[in-house]
Amino acid sequence: MSSGTIFDIKRFAIHDGPGIRTTVFLKGCPLSCWWCHNPESQAPGPELSYNAALCVGCGACLLACPSQARSFGPEGMQWDRDACVECRRCEEVCPTQAVEWVGSKMGVDALMQTIERDVPFFDESGGGVTFSGGEPLAQPAFLGELLDECRRRGIHTAVDTCGAVAPAVLRAIAPRADLFLFDLKHMDTHRHRQLTGVGNERILENLEWLVAEGHRVEIRVPVVPGATDEVENLDAIGAFVSSLPRPVKVTLLPFHETAREKYRRFGMDTVWPEDLHPPGPTRLEELAARLRGHGVQVAV
Amino acid sequence: MNERTRRLRQASYQAEVTLSSERAALITEFHRENLGRWSPPMMRAKALEYVLHRQSLYIGDGELIVGERGPRPKATPTYPEVTCHSEEDLRILDRREKTPYRVSEEDMEVFRKEVIPFWRGRTLRERIFQGVSEEWKAAYEAGVFTEFMEQRAPGHTTLDGKFYAKGLEDFKTQITERIDRLDFLHDPRAAARLEELRAMLVACDAVIAFAERHADRAEEMAATEEDAVRRDELERIAAVCRRVPRHAPRNLWEALQMYWFMHLGTIIELNGWDSMNPGHLDRHLAPFYRADLEKGVLTRESARELIECFWIKFNNHPAPPKVGVTAQESGTYNDFTNINLGGVLPDGRDGVNELSYLLLEVMDDLHLLQPQGNIQLSRKNDDRFLKAALGVVRKGYGYPSVFNADGVVEQLVRAGKSLQDAREGGTSGCIETGAFGKEAYILTGYLNLPKILEIALNDGIDPRTGRQIGPATGDPREWESLDDAMAAFTRQLRHFVDVKIEGNQFIERLYAENMPAPFLSVLIDDCIEKGRDYNDGGPRYNTSYIQCVGIGTITDSLSAIETHVFEKGEPSMDALLDALATDFAETETLRLHLANHTPRYGNDDEQADGIMMRVFDTLVKTIDGRPNTKGGRYHVDMLPTTSHIYFGSVTGATADGRHKGAPLSEGISPVQGADRQGPTAVIRSAARMDHLHTGGTLLNLKFMPSVLEDDEGLGKLAQLVRTYFRLDGHHVQFNVVGAETLREAQKHPEEHRDLIVRVAGYSDYFCDIGRELQDEIIRRTEHEI
Repeated sequence: MSSGTIFDIKRFAIHDGPGIRTTVFLKGCPLSCWWCHNPESQAPGPELSYNAALCVGCGACLLACPSQARSFGPEGMQWDRDACVECRRCEEVCPTQAVEWVGSKMGVDALMQTIERDVPFFDESGGGVTFSGGEPLAQPAFLGELLDECRRRGIHTAVDTCGAVAPAVLRAIAPRADLFLFDLKHMDTHRHRQLTGVGNERILENLEWLVAEGHRVEIRVPVVPGATDEVENLDAIGAFVSSLPRPVKVTLLPFHETAREKYRRFGMDTVWPEDLHPPGPTRLEELAARLRGHGVQVAV
Repeated sequence: MNERTRRLRQASYQAEVTLSSERAALITEFHRENLGRWSPPMMRAKALEYVLHRQSLYIGDGELIVGERGPRPKATPTYPEVTCHSEEDLRILDRREKTPYRVSEEDMEVFRKEVIPFWRGRTLRERIFQGVSEEWKAAYEAGVFTEFMEQRAPGHTTLDGKFYAKGLEDFKTQITERIDRLDFLHDPRAAARLEELRAMLVACDAVIAFAERHADRAEEMAATEEDAVRRDELERIAAVCRRVPRHAPRNLWEALQMYWFMHLGTIIELNGWDSMNPGHLDRHLAPFYRADLEKGVLTRESARELIECFWIKFNNHPAPPKVGVTAQESGTYNDFTNINLGGVLPDGRDGVNELSYLLLEVMDDLHLLQPQGNIQLSRKNDDRFLKAALGVVRKGYGYPSVFNADGVVEQLVRAGKSLQDAREGGTSGCIETGAFGKEAYILTGYLNLPKILEIALNDGIDPRTGRQIGPATGDPREWESLDDAMAAFTRQLRHFVDVKIEGNQFIERLYAENMPAPFLSVLIDDCIEKGRDYNDGGPRYNTSYIQCVGIGTITDSLSAIETHVFEKGEPSMDALLDALATDFAETETLRLHLANHTPRYGNDDEQADGIMMRVFDTLVKTIDGRPNTKGGRYHVDMLPTTSHIYFGSVTGATADGRHKGAPLSEGISPVQGADRQGPTAVIRSAARMDHLHTGGTLLNLKFMPSVLEDDEGLGKLAQLVRTYFRLDGHHVQFNVVGAETLREAQKHPEEHRDLIVRVAGYSDYFCDIGRELQDEIIRRTEHEI
């Protein structure tokens, strides 16, 4: 049995596929979208989160740190990433869980135990487990085993992917999952590269293949003001989706600002303009109408 | 609401809550004149008759259903024969800031001159305190348990459907037939039965006379009424009051007025806890509703108007206030009428009908403090019904609460009821299970579990007073494992439950012998057949509940002791005891560590939940099945109402990091903020308790209104409920949280870490999201409300 790195497990996830779900977040992602809501998901290794609101300044973590990677500054606790040896003593001693390590290795068995806890809810609601990230397909062996275990136990699975993976990996995984939640960000590959760090050719190819092969797919489009929400982009997405060999539902996911706090906790800089705000319902409806104009089924 | 019900609702909502001296004065007068004249049951029946023949009548402008317990809406009577308010009590009630009861100068005068001097030394409350043991008093004063009957008569009664098919004249015939069958030659209790049965006859006539007085008054009013429409209505009211409760109702109007006179009769007779419940109102009213619609006498709208007029009457009746009140203490006006909708019929069929939906609409439309409602959700009921109820829940009134109807039936059958009686049963008050119309299921008092652990940690001494109130169970510094801690706790628990039950038995007899309730006894099977009073084992089933409080706090405390003291050896028991004794004054870091690094109940954690199950199992073994004095048995309820606040105030710091004086956990909910894995984990933890061995449990789940705003969210909530009930969960209610709570959560995130908010297309823990977004959600929430 293999193991993988996950950074969160969310139970009673009600927006990640059908029914009541448990969402498992795998760490590591080939993209680096600047609006990413889970900045801690991008790097494959563990990271330290510091929540200043919970810190009582007791200094326990300073005393516990063997490599003096921690100090106390005007912003609260400071962390010297280079000096840190990842012993996690700081997390153990922090009385309020203000300091937490995000990203741990977990074996398939242990993870299945957690997933199985909510089987009664899955049964009742037609729910299951969603593997998200990061990019779950970036840990294909681990993901594959998890999918097989779920199928063996009759648990519905969904894979939330950015699609930027080797076709061979997708071909190996696709038959073992029940549903793909496939993110589509921008139809212009240059723009896509600007926004996410990679072009979109392989993503579109993978999406076409999934649909053509008859796998169940739902497309999710993040609506990020000034990045993905141009009318031209929506038109291009509409044209592309309607050209797919089978009808596929599209869900628009409005950008939201919750991640600002997360960036802070991981000591990362956000590159968002201060005046970037979530799109309102009217704007979303406008964009949805644009897609519908291409005969695409849209949910907001 | 239409124009009429809007006006009636507004009038009820705005009416000032007052104390009325009228009933107290009449009762005093009656006893002064008649002391010693009759047997206790007959004295009680004659007293009821005396009051109902004389008390002021009230028929409000625009009312269709008539009758008040007091001289006007929200004028609350007192019951000095049970508990008599002192002048000091009355002054405090008049002036206190929260939930005041205004007392006019005239009423004050009557209380001072007539009522108080007569009842001093004669109330049942005084006899209770004279008769209970010193051990009982010590435990009671320490806040180990409370005692319901020192304030109000045993009550908690829910009626079934029999009086929709029978008038009081029919009941009288039944009583007379029973008298004819009395066997003085062989039955040593025949004379006692005769007294009780004759008292029932007097009580029936008293309530009939009360209705006739309303008929007379309505006719008088009609005679001088200038508005022709209102004149017709008053004439109709008169006709209805001539018909019911003397005879069985024939239409919806009469059925509603019938119930209302039953309600008034019982709540004027005695001030039973949780007053009175109509039970399965939807199934009782449905035949009348259907027939009236078929005949064209009513439309859905006019039926709804009648029902709303009826509904508003409950709100006119605040709970009688306690005696011995303090200025800071607040009470509640809620007298806990809780209407049951849905469930299964006695023959096992789906009990949801068109009235179930109509009554949900009425509940939503009026959203008054009283009555509150609940749905009894059976696996046989459609999801449509559950979703309709959740559609009301999302408005944030906190009701309807949702019960597992099939689980309730199983609980009742386990406790010895027939399947049919169990299906006619349901829940009332907060969450208490009972066989409607056939059972006295009495709440006897709350039990403070964390306090009992505190006493075990202090070798039987209450650290607040330094008094030895429990057995010496040994120095905890010598404990080596959770088993040792559980052994000491179990011995303390056994002691206090014994003391509590001894007191209960004494009090039960006091009520049985001195405070019969002959009118209520007419309505509860098999009081007539047995010729025994409701308070003396007359009902078919007689249950006494002890309601255990703080399962979350005690579980987490034991879990902290196990994890840190026994497993890690840090802190030592000595250091922990010292920290608890000083309320963590010098050890704040330790407190936080205990709170945050202990496996805690509510997170689907086997270790913590295992401790909860051990504690629960101990409760059941100690309480369940013990006999009361009425041929019934004790059972466990897991219900706090508001006692977790009081119990918290008398309990020192606890090992889960709770400060001295802070509230305990409520119901079977996890400690406030301790559950961090979401609602499915809370449900898994709560369902590890064997709910079928209780007479009810209470679980609160908190949600933001926005989680429920769309149909998808509502649907998933419905599935969450269904899953809890698959796991035998008893009850769940949804605390849909408003902006005020969110602000509180910003200030004290540690106490609100379980608060889920809908953000944008997804939900998150409120305390986990950034300040700006929190502010935004608060604004949005305010906007929503």
